[in-house]
Order: sequence, then structure tokens, then C-alpha cells
Amino acid sequence: MPSTLSRRAFLARTGFIGCSLAASPLVTPVTFAATPWDARLVVIILRGGMDGLDVVRPYGDPDLRTLRPGLSGGPDQGAHDLDGFYALHPHLGGLKPLWDEGDLGFVQAISTPYRDKRSHFDGQDLLEAGTVSMAGVRDGWLNRMLQVVPGVTAQTAYAIGRSDMRLLQGAADVANWSPEAELGLSPQAQQLMDLVTESDPAIHAAWQEAQMLATLEDEKATAQGQQRSGAHMRIAEFAAARLRDEARIAAFSLNGWDTHRAQDRTLPRAMSQLSETLVTLREELGGEVWQKTAVVALTEFGRTARENGSGGTDHGTGGMMVMAGGAVQGGRVHGDWPGLGTGDLYQNRDLMPTRDVRAHVAWIMRGLTGLDRATLEGSVFPGLEMGDNPQLLL
Amino acid sequence: MRDFDPQLAEIRFGYGLSPVVAAPSSVDAMLSALQAPDAMADRFPIEPFDTFRLRMIEVAKAARERRKHRGTAKAEAAKKRRNVLNAEARKDGLKWAGHVLLRRVWTPDAFRERLVAFWSDHFTAHGKRGVIRRATSPYVQEAIRPHLTSRFEDMLQAAVTHPLMLDYLDQSQSMGPGSVRAQNKKKSAGLNENLAREVLELHTLGVDGPYTQDDVRELAELFTGLSFSPSNGFVFRPNFAEPGPETVLGRTYTDDKTEAPVRAVLSDLAAHPSTATHLAQKLAVHFVSDTPDPALVAALEAAYRDTDGSLMAMYEVLLSHPAAWSPALSNYKPPQDFMASALRSLAVPENLLMRFDEKNMRRVFNAPLTAMGQQWQRPIGPDGWPEEDAHWITPQGLAGRVEWAMAAPEFILRVLPDPRVFVETALGDRADEAVRFAAAAAESKPEAIGLVLMSPAFQRR
Repeated sequence: MPSTLSRRAFLARTGFIGCSLAASPLVTPVTFAATPWDARLVVIILRGGMDGLDVVRPYGDPDLRTLRPGLSGGPDQGAHDLDGFYALHPHLGGLKPLWDEGDLGFVQAISTPYRDKRSHFDGQDLLEAGTVSMAGVRDGWLNRMLQVVPGVTAQTAYAIGRSDMRLLQGAADVANWSPEAELGLSPQAQQLMDLVTESDPAIHAAWQEAQMLATLEDEKATAQGQQRSGAHMRIAEFAAARLRDEARIAAFSLNGWDTHRAQDRTLPRAMSQLSETLVTLREELGGEVWQKTAVVALTEFGRTARENGSGGTDHGTGGMMVMAGGAVQGGRVHGDWPGLGTGDLYQNRDLMPTRDVRAHVAWIMRGLTGLDRATLEGSVFPGLEMGDNPQLLL
Repeated sequence: MRDFDPQLAEIRFGYGLSPVVAAPSSVDAMLSALQAPDAMADRFPIEPFDTFRLRMIEVAKAARERRKHRGTAKAEAAKKRRNVLNAEARKDGLKWAGHVLLRRVWTPDAFRERLVAFWSDHFTAHGKRGVIRRATSPYVQEAIRPHLTSRFEDMLQAAVTHPLMLDYLDQSQSMGPGSVRAQNKKKSAGLNENLAREVLELHTLGVDGPYTQDDVRELAELFTGLSFSPSNGFVFRPNFAEPGPETVLGRTYTDDKTEAPVRAVLSDLAAHPSTATHLAQKLAVHFVSDTPDPALVAALEAAYRDTDGSLMAMYEVLLSHPAAWSPALSNYKPPQDFMASALRSLAVPENLLMRFDEKNMRRVFNAPLTAMGQQWQRPIGPDGWPEEDAHWITPQGLAGRVEWAMAAPEFILRVLPDPRVFVETALGDRADEAVRFAAAAAESKPEAIGLVLMSPAFQRR
């Protein structure tokens, strides 16, 4: 157990906290035995290349105004000041309370080892593979982590939604579900499905589980009187429900970050989705589970430091990672700021990455699950040098 | 040997039973059909890559013009032209997807279509950026389909040096560190090992094959120079080629001026005994079972070795071996095959599928396939789609199938067949009492049809 979580873990073990959790009908002793660790990890892939310089604006850097005369204004333009140097995009006011409570943080100027070609697909592949190159790589880093932790079951990790989550692909069993799936069968057809599939144990079991998952969704919707609107919120809600139960890891994607034009109008939609997703996760996980949760949102690359001719930004290099949850060291923008001046930029166009994003993720996994450094550097992120602990967790 | 089972031939080696198209009458008939002219390719045409290339030339032209006249009306017009070209390719890509489906629905020679799918997956490739992303069907039409019954080496040569493969596995950019080009660039030149590694691991020897990292590196150096351009298709660029000899699996290849050593090494790899083992195992797993009878695998392997890699010889063994005809259904159909065999069982007329616009095609085809976990022509890596049944039999996968099976047939056909008849034509001798009961007891026709399609006898082969 990592020192940062040992106090909470100790309290849980000795029964000072977690009593109500144990009493929940959903959490049986078997469930406890089946979970390899107690902390929760949610990984969100922000597809399209999030402009970290616009989401968390380094307005304290004088060069920002030169590079972006029309975009990414500071607090005088409505951005929410965070620490006198960075300000949050005006549209993300809904996340400010999380920041104030220390449950939201960021890491600036990070990147994967991917360089120069700036292709979404290659960039995402590498981000999810967690390697230096794609040659011969078949699985994703989150799956490789599951392969080395003892006690993992098919319910430990969930890939949610319809897009392929390459980071969870691999030899370890993971569960998949899309809350968009609606069986939409009459009760009679459901019974007949039971009958028709009964002769085939594998198909029958998967069908029963599908029914169970779909019913959970429906019951939830009925209990609330309505379904949450938006696939992202239903995904967040479903993730939270699984994480309150047996699951310890959930991964899904949010799209819409590729803002080449009119970024002041195109980015807010993606940010709303992220913001609503984080707020939903917190609400649905509930105080106790939220306290042991780390959410990390990663993107394939950042965007050009300069705004382009159409009020947007193009594919870049150095980017930003978002962290949320009771387990993270929030209320702070982490990372070494490289500056935006002449000579500071990567290839005179992009934010210079000052650290490998995999190092941050590795330290978070180390903190949450207690995995040792050799395994993280050898199996999960082969060849990674984790470096000093960036202290991203409480 | 057992009596020939035409129904099983259709189910296991084809796309399931059709109420209209007759099943093959014997193994000989199946084999000779493979050698007959490709009637389905004529009836449901797909543009070969060499024609598709003209689209790439036009797109490149538009891009050049746009750069040249930046900020002017000419640039705007060029951009518009590019967008039109891209939209056309996207639309045609969907039309070709429809043609792939219709070939599977209407062919009397379904084994051929299964083999096309099998080898396309073995040589998985898709374009990475721009209009070439729509070129997968043209690649299959050109590099895979004509070589189904030739020697494996012919298909290997065609697929590995194909522009789409060179693009997909980054070969066209790979430069030998000592190449003329790299020296001139004075920049650390990129040797890219991607294609070399996959050729050894996936296309020929297999992951357990007797090769080392040194072989990968040497093969990557040997491959330098393989490239393509929109105007010429495949080209060999001597200035990208790494000078000096390269040694792969103990044999040394020289010549940096032409692609001859690449052809030679591919020929040697095709003849390697590990390639025989790898392909034999793959064919048996794909067509028969996740855990095939070792005797079948051994027989396939021997056929390959004895005939210098004749694919027809392998098919003959596959179709004649008793282990391939075990009457109990085994493999679980992946989503594409599930969908194709559902449409075949319903004998979906070609005009009904062809009238669909892009939106409807996405609605009945692309979106549901993705929901079932098999996005059209986008396997997640160069190793293609997984074979293991467990990968596909998941709650999410089943939910996707149920949703589609209960709604799509009615959407496509408007008028559904009588479910009590359908259960017999779709499942043949494999209809059991449970599914017969369900087909008769369901409260609506769409549900009854969906229940038949969801029965294990329909989902397995």
C-alpha cells in the first residue's frame, strides 16, 4: 500500500470507515474478496487533441497574448483565475467548486513519446498502447496493468461505450458495456430469448448479463423519473454504478476536441461534456467512493501554441492532463512550465513537453494499487523512466 | 467418410443457408467453383485499387493547387473539389460495403467469399490519412481476390508490396540510416520496422516462429525503398534503400538498386516450414474450431509443404478432412458474418439494399456492426479480428445483435417471411424445439425473426 493512501486503507480495514458500504446489499463479502484493491481509477481518453493552453490558460505568461491575440484570454476576459498564473476557460465555471475543494487538478506540458507526424490515429494508438512505438504492440497499458495485479476478475475493469478502448485491449479479461444499448424487447421476447439460448451456456450467460446490465439502466432511469440526457452522462453514471460495486477501473472516451476553426464556439461543447462527466461521476460515486477515486483525462497531443487563421489551433505536441477525484492532489496545476517565448517552443510551434505523460499515469497507478516501480517501468509502460514522484495523489 | 452434408457446407464454409440459392452438392463442386470465373465480382463490382488511385491523384492535385494559390478563389475552388472527391470516395466506400454483403448473400460459391474475408484479415491493411482511407475494398479486390487459388507466395508478394499495406504499416516512409536520402537530409533518418515485424510475425512465420530482433531489423533494412505514389502505384526508391547486404534467417541478400531482394526474401519466407505451420493452424481455427484437431492441422501443413504452398491443396485437405465435418456447430460467427448470414437467410434482394442512401446504410450496417464490436474494415491492429469465441460472446456484443436482429430485417425488407417457415429455411436440420416454439410464440413477426437469428444454431457454425 502506498503511504499516501495507507491511513484511509488502515481505517477501512479496521472498520472505522466503510461500514455502510459493507452493509450495502450490492457489496457482499465475496465482492470484497474479488477486488484486488480498494481505490478507483477512471481513465477518459479525450479524442481529437485537447487544447490545454485554452482549457487552462497560462495567462501569467506574457507570450500567450502575442501567440493568441484572439483566443485564451485571462481573467479579464472572463476566465476563472486558478492561482495567479493559470486561469480556467470561462466555460468551465461548473468545475470551479471541484477545484476549490481540491478535487480537480491539471498537469501541463506533458506528452506521449509521439512526435512530429501529429496524426490523431497514430497519436491515440500510442497513447493507449503506452509504448514508444507501435511496432509489434497488440495490447494497451491498462490491460497490461491488469495482467500483473493479482486478484483481477472479469468485473474489475470496464470499457464503456461503443468506441474501441485500445488501452484496455489485451490478455486480461475486461468487461464491456455501452449504456446506449437498449434491448427494447417485449417481456415475452425476453423470456423466449432465455428459452432459445438455454442450450448454449456461453451465449446464455452473456445474454443474462446483458439483460441484467440493461435492467440496471432502466431501473436507474425509473428511479430518477428520467434518464440523464447525453451519452456521456449515461456513461459516467454507468461507470459510477460499476465502480461502487465490484469494478475498480473504468475507461471511456469523450470526442470533439479537434478545434481547427472558431475554437471559442467549438471547444465549449467538448468542455461541457467533460465537465458534466466529472460532476456526474462525483454525484454518482458518492462521497465515500469519490474519496478513493482518481479520474485522469488524457489526450493524444496538445495543439499549436499560436492560434491559426481561422480562429482555431492545429495539431501540436505538448498537452495537458486533467485529474479529478478525492484521491488526487487537486487545487494545483502540476508540471514544469516551459514558457512560450522564442526558443521555448517545440519546433517553434508547439508547447514543449517537459515530461512524459506515462510517468504521471504510472505514479498514479503506483499510488492507487501499490504496484512496484519495476513492474510499471518494465511491463505496464515498457522502457519508461518514471523519475521523481510528481505527488499527484493525496 | 460421412456423407456430404450440404447444409453444413453452407453453414461452416459459407454464409449460412439461403432459401433461394442452392447449397453445393459435393466437395469437388466446392473446389471447382473456386476455379470458375468470378461471377460475383462481375455482378457486384468493386473498383480495383489501380482505378482508385486516380482519385488520389486528383486529391493530390487539388491540394497542390490550394497551396499554390493560397488565399485566392482558386484555392477555395480546389478545396471544394477535394471535399467533393472525399465525399464521393466515402459514398462509394459504402456502396462497396453493400456489394461485399450482396456477394455474400447471393453467391452459390460462398466458400470463395469466406476465403476472401479470411485472407483480407490475414493481410489486414487500411489507409491512414486522406482519401486512401476508403481504399480497403479496392485493395482486397486487387491484392487478395485474384490470388485465392494461387500459391500463397503470390498473395504474399501482392499484399506486402501493395500501396495500402506500405501506407498502413509505415513502410513508404522508412529510410535506411545509410541511404542516399538520409545522408542528404542530415537528419536522423527513420528506419521503420513495422512492416518487417508484421511480415514475420503475422503474415509468414507466426509469433512463435524462429526469428530474432536482428532478423526484424535486417528485414526492415532490406525493405527500405518499398514505396508508392498516387501517380505510379508501387514504386521502388533506391535512394531510400539501405546500402550493403542484409541477412535474414541466415540468408544474405544483396542489391540496393531494385526490389529484387525483397521479392527473394518474401519467396523464402513463404517457403519456410514455420509459415506452413502458422497458416495451417490459422485456417483450421478460422473454419473449424478455436481448438482444432491436431490431425487436421498436420494434414493442412503437409499439403502446404508438399505442394510448394498451393492454397488449393490446402483447401482440398480442409474440405476433405473428417475433423472439418464434425456435425456439432462450433465457432461463433463474428458480427460481420452474423449480419451477412442473416441477410442471406432472408434473401435480401439487391435492389432493397442498393437503394439505401448513406444515412440508411450507416443505420442498418455500420453503426450496428460497431455496436456489436466489429467496426467495418477497422480491426484494431494489423493482426486482424480475434478468432476466439470468447472475444465475441459478450453482453455488449449480444445486446448489439439483439437490437439489430429484431429491427433491421423489417427495416430492410418491409415484409418479413412467415417465422414458422423462416425457422426451417434459416436453420435447416439444426432447428430445435425451443427455437421452433419461440418462432411461433413470439408476439410479433420482427421479434420472431430476431429470435431465430439469435438462436445458437444460427450464431454458430
